[in-house]
Parts: sequence; structure tokens; C-alpha cells
Amino acid sequence: MSIFVREMACQELVELVTAYFDGSLSRADRRRFRAHLRGCPHCTAYVEQMRLVIEATGRLTEEDIPPEARDELLDAFRDWSEGRSTE
Amino acid sequence: MIVARLRDGDEAAFAELLDRYGSTMLRVAQMYVKDRASAEEVVQETWLAVLNGIDRFEGRSSLKTWLFRILTNRAKTRGERDGRMLPFSALAGTEAESGEPAVDPERFLGPDSATPGAWAAPPRAWPEDRVLARETVGVIESAIDMLPDTQREVIRLRDVEGWTPMEVADALEISDGNQRVLLHRARSKVRAVLEEYLDPETAGVTR
Repeated sequence: MSIFVREMACQELVELVTAYFDGSLSRADRRRFRAHLRGCPHCTAYVEQMRLVIEATGRLTEEDIPPEARDELLDAFRDWSEGRSTE
Repeated sequence: MIVARLRDGDEAAFAELLDRYGSTMLRVAQMYVKDRASAEEVVQETWLAVLNGIDRFEGRSSLKTWLFRILTNRAKTRGERDGRMLPFSALAGTEAESGEPAVDPERFLGPDSATPGAWAAPPRAWPEDRVLARETVGVIESAIDMLPDTQREVIRLRDVEGWTPMEVADALEISDGNQRVLLHRARSKVRAVLEEYLDPETAGVTR
């Protein structure tokens, strides 16, 4: 083990995946993260799973606003807009 | 630009915003106040505040950021007034501090091994087409529904609705670090549920 770079264990790497994706790891940690991935097919598989989780989650559809709430807000908008043009 | 259209009283522009942010606003408000009716009131008040302030909106932040900042402020005030016990940011803080591992520690080698912290029961590659199949997306949806409120909200905003880390931290009034911890917990749990579904043999190794 070098005195400059402490090796990253698999168990440590799995805690840093989101920070890695967000680009919020320190430069040193990012380097250790990548160095570990290069030598570890298991963690490479893990990171790929996390990437797929994100991609699949992105396919969920956003909920729609309930129609009654939508209608009420549109009414409020009309009132606002009429009040404004008669000002 | 949508702000100019709102100023002109363009109803279609307003409807567009409602469809884009309406349900998210309700959900976020709901995290601060005691019931659905209060959340709806907060959302209505927020829109009125936005419309009445639209002439003063200078576009230094995005309309979305401004909208959710007003929403959060109002929801928080309302929640405090109604005596709701813990605001979202406090919940998020305590939850982010609790040390919950992303992966079951049993799946790693212990301190007495030659390589502590290395995989003992490593994950196996998943077939991409199965992960992205409609059925699997349904599994993800129920996994997200099972998450604690704070984690569920953060993963929805970040991964379903595609918000940036800063937009999430801003709207929920939590730190950038906390939103990331909550997101990481949420994604890690969803991954674990998916592994049970796609590769039960590997997921069940430790049990």
C-alpha cells in the first residue's frame, strides 16, 4: 500500500456511488474510486446495477395533478387575470 | 418565455405549469402540513403569491426555484402553526445521520479475512432488457412507495422528475450533503429490491 493512496475496499465503494455519479467526490477519492473499479469486476457490476436502477427509475411517470385541484387553480388564475385587466 | 405569457394572462401557460409542477407541489406541501386539505390550501396560496408577484420576478433564479421556495416557506409556516411535530428538514437531518449501509454487511468479508471489506457474495450483472422492462419498472415503483417519506421524496425529485441536486436541496431546505445521503439510501434500497427480483439466488446468499 502506498503512503499516498489508501486503497478503497468494495464495502467503502458501494457507499460512494451516488457521490461519484454526482461528481461530488474529492479528486483523491475519485481517483481511488476509479482505480478500484479498474481492478474489480464485482464493483464494476455493482456500479452498472446502480446506473440501471437510475435509468429504470427515470421511466416512472410523474403523477398528474388531481383534476378538481387543477380546475380550482385554473379558476383562480382566471379571477386573477380578470382582476388584472380591469385594474 | 412562460413568465411573459403569465403576465399577459395566458391561461394555457398557467395550465402548462400546473401540469408540470402541480402534483409535485402538493406532495412537497404535504410533507410539512397535517393533511391533504391544508396542502391544497398551501398550493393555492403559493400560486396566488406567484401570480401577484409575477411583475417583480426578475429571473435571477428559475421560475421553478422561485415557485418551490415560496411553497416551502408557506408550507413550513402552516405546519408550524398547525403544530405538526417535525418539519421535513429536521426529519431529513436525523435520517441522514443514522448509519444505514447501502449493502448488507454480511455480503462482505469480515475484519479477520485477508481482504476485509471485499465482496464475499458479489453482485452479478443484470440483463439490461429485463431491468428496463415494464414489469420491473412496476417493482421499482412499489419499492419507492415503501421508502421512508424523506428518501421517497428525494428519489422522486431527483430520479423520476430529473431535478438537480441544488434544486432538491433548495426546495426541501436540506443541505446538499443530506439530499445526497437520502438519495443514496433510496437508490441502494431500490437496487436491493431489484436484486431480489432479478437475481434472488445472489440476493439471498446471506440468509
